[in-house]
Amino acid sequence: MSWRRFFRRRRSDAELQEDIRTYLEEETTENIARGMSSEEARRQARIKLGNPQGVREALWRQNTVTAIDDIWRDLRYAARTLRRTPGFAMIAVLVMALGIGANVALFTVVRSVLLDPLPFPAANKLIALYGKTDAGMGGSANSHVRSDHLNRVAAADFYDWQSASRSFEQMAIWRWTGYNMASNRGELPEFLQAVTCSWNLFSTLGVQPALGRSFTNADDMDEASPVVMLSWSLFKRRFNGDPSIIGKTIRLNLQPYTVVGVLPQWFTYPDPKIQLWVPYHKGIPTVILHSHYSHTSHVIARLRSAVSLNEATQEVSVIQHGVFTRFSGGGPVPSTVVSLRLVEDIVGDVKAPIYMLTAAVSCLLLIACLNLSNLLVARAVARRKEMAMRSALGGSRVRLLCQQITECVLICLLGGVLGVFFAAAAVRWLTTYWLNLPRAETIHMDVAVLAFAVGVTFLAGFLSGILPAMLFTGRGTASALQDSARTLSGAASKASLRKGLLTVEFGLTAGLLICAGLLFKSLLQLGSVDLGCTTHNILTMRYFLRGEIYSKPEQIVAFQTQLLERVRRLPGMAAAGLTDVVPGDGFYGDTTFSIPEHAPQPPETHDSALFRTADPGYFQAMQIPLIKGRFFTPSERLGKSNFVIINQKMAQEYFAGEDPIGKHLTVSWLSTSPENLEIVGVVGDTRYQLNEAARSMVWFPIFSGATSIATDTTLVVRSAADPAALSIPIQKTIAGIDPDLPVSDVLTMQQIIGESTANSRFEASLLGAFATLSLLLASIGLFGVLSYLVAQRTSEIGIRIALGARREQVLRLIFADGLRPAVIGLALGFCASVAVTREIQSQLYGTRPLDPGVFGFVGLVLLLVAAVACSVPAWRASRLDPMKALRTE
Amino acid sequence: MGKKNEAETEMLKGTLDMMILRTLIGGDAHGHTVAKIIERTSEDVLEVEQGSLYPALHRLEDRGWVSSYWGASENNRKAKFYRLTGAGRKQLARETSRWRQMTRAIGLVMGEEFAENGGRQ
Repeated sequence: MSWRRFFRRRRSDAELQEDIRTYLEEETTENIARGMSSEEARRQARIKLGNPQGVREALWRQNTVTAIDDIWRDLRYAARTLRRTPGFAMIAVLVMALGIGANVALFTVVRSVLLDPLPFPAANKLIALYGKTDAGMGGSANSHVRSDHLNRVAAADFYDWQSASRSFEQMAIWRWTGYNMASNRGELPEFLQAVTCSWNLFSTLGVQPALGRSFTNADDMDEASPVVMLSWSLFKRRFNGDPSIIGKTIRLNLQPYTVVGVLPQWFTYPDPKIQLWVPYHKGIPTVILHSHYSHTSHVIARLRSAVSLNEATQEVSVIQHGVFTRFSGGGPVPSTVVSLRLVEDIVGDVKAPIYMLTAAVSCLLLIACLNLSNLLVARAVARRKEMAMRSALGGSRVRLLCQQITECVLICLLGGVLGVFFAAAAVRWLTTYWLNLPRAETIHMDVAVLAFAVGVTFLAGFLSGILPAMLFTGRGTASALQDSARTLSGAASKASLRKGLLTVEFGLTAGLLICAGLLFKSLLQLGSVDLGCTTHNILTMRYFLRGEIYSKPEQIVAFQTQLLERVRRLPGMAAAGLTDVVPGDGFYGDTTFSIPEHAPQPPETHDSALFRTADPGYFQAMQIPLIKGRFFTPSERLGKSNFVIINQKMAQEYFAGEDPIGKHLTVSWLSTSPENLEIVGVVGDTRYQLNEAARSMVWFPIFSGATSIATDTTLVVRSAADPAALSIPIQKTIAGIDPDLPVSDVLTMQQIIGESTANSRFEASLLGAFATLSLLLASIGLFGVLSYLVAQRTSEIGIRIALGARREQVLRLIFADGLRPAVIGLALGFCASVAVTREIQSQLYGTRPLDPGVFGFVGLVLLLVAAVACSVPAWRASRLDPMKALRTE
Repeated sequence: MGKKNEAETEMLKGTLDMMILRTLIGGDAHGHTVAKIIERTSEDVLEVEQGSLYPALHRLEDRGWVSSYWGASENNRKAKFYRLTGAGRKQLARETSRWRQMTRAIGLVMGEEFAENGGRQ
């Protein structure tokens, strides 16, 4: 059997007819030659040929692939059926397109973000290492606590691990940093996000530079001359992609750095925003390089081929325990080490929301399938007699089943094609609006995604088609032939099936609504969080004082003082102040301290508090209330600045029942040796992060000018009116003092808060949209089923009314009938939600997974919508004219 | 036609392709001629059913054993002529030798006696 013949069937048939004609004529001619009359000759020829139609059919069959032919016929039949009901077809296709499209889009994200290996050679050998402090140990509040309580690594710990471990081919360390790039040939000065890393970071990852060379061991030393590697984007943007930049110097923090290499375009670890790479010894102050207490860096490593993740972690943990016993007396040291695959480290917290959304779109598709199934059952009921007839005439069950499923598959196919386009748009939208989605730049649709789309499409078609098909092709279909309009038993059993489907739909919908409701409530809670300071009319901007001209405290303080004076004189200005980081903008840093007036703590216990800087005017500018004592004074600067302010939380935590004013904190921040700083004031609590409770916080005077704390500055201004209008005058003021100083992150307080809640809002809105859509689908389903039931029961209702049933009784009857699946579904959905909502707890804020308010609200909304869906058919039933109803056949 | 000679018709089915190829050795022919030649040569014992002749011709053409072209019949009518191809010749040789082996083998099994008494009722 060849394909060529299959597709040339029509031509072959035409030729055959020609052949047959020739045959008949030849035979007739011969018969005449034998002496027959022409009439008889023709008759005999025909007799001899037999049935020409039979010959044609035989050849046609021979040329046909039966299965394909059947499918084709089914498809045409299905298309005809759909064309007859364009409204139904369009809604069904659209619904499936949404369901399939959402699934394909999420699959694309899941695949690129969670499933694809990192773009490095043997990426499964790459791991990230973190310190971990055992629960119950003191001083758990180390720097940069991640949500899963992994501590970043101190440089000295890393060097110990590196020299003592044998499980790794290589181990590298890196840390976030930033550089001021001076203005150059008319280009503005710019603050560039950067990473400072040990020289072997790129060889550990297995990355070759696109141009030039990587760092060498010699680059990563105290005495080496400074070198830098550029990201591809900076190379293109700032240096026009000119390869002659290799070997030239650029000025970073006013110091010359030699460009040695450019990284490839695809290289976006750890973040696409990184523009520069600088050797670790050049990017980290010497004190920190040798410190076991400054937990600020990330460590990655490549496992040796024979070593498992567990063995390697064990080994490093043992080394770290040695470090812990030797050094934990002087400050916080993690006692053990945890590791995770590098891909897990990069993906991090985004896993939970991605899986949540994936689950949601699966539910959505399932609801869409159930709905389609439901609609098809309704149509199948209408076609019961046709099916029975065909079955009676010898249509095999498989053929009838196939035909029913084909209709469904056709709807899903159309939906699938539309869905893929929809998904392409959705993926673009997701990658644009999903902030901080790791590996977002790798998200793309490819053959695998298309294959998934095809798979989902057929699965959806099969799922929604199989039930109605099974129902109406099985045994007992013949009885449909005997049905008359007044026998209702058969239809009633199908109706109960449809109500069953509806129950499942409502159950799933209730689950989705509850999850969405919980997220929305969290969002509301977040929105109403009091940061502890004003958020209106506040504009912030950051700058980093770097380089030779800011190496002495006097230089720093002179700049800060001058800037504040000029800024305060700007028109429209209400107040201005300086700090290192504003409330709500992150953890930033903490410091350990002891209180000399208190009894000494056990040696391994280290109290710590968040560390902030402020000038005398900062608290008033941000309207952070003074609880006790006083703010800093303008005269407390440089050498005369041994004062601190603490927040209320710290006063309660460490000075319960006593007056903190006049007490001291011993810290080693301003210099390497510990100093006693006097507490002069207590201010109101501010939150470092919107969704975290306030913590102990200690404020240092920024006018101390200490290079370690006073250089990273956020300028805060409060304006009388729109603060954004002040942005340009302030930047001009800064440029007026130091034209080479770049300003970054010019943001209002509202924007800072908005950014920190953007992803919560995004997730909640997305899930809310899915939930709403499924509610809509479920209620359309309910409306359809009930309308159909009322139509089926027209004569019954007519009889009831004729026998004296009141309108409202009929109304109640139909209502109860329709609401039952919604109520049962709601109950099932609630039960399921009790189990499911615990899984999304990590995404909730100020909301319990079993929040009664959300559950109640969802129940109310669902029942209300269900009631609306029921009301039209129920009302229609109650308005029936009994005379007309009884005449209906 | 047909019905009375069901035994022969059945037997014909397996060997029809071979016989068509054999017929075409004598030269190109159209469907009617092919049928006629088979009938004549078999002394009218074999009757070729049109329902199997034309599908067989198409099948042979599809396999590349015969080729076809449109031409004029003896009575000057448009007819599709079939010609034996090189591959067809080889196929015919294979089929013929297989057929010979087969008839010999069947002959041996059935024995001389039966062969004498056998034949047509």
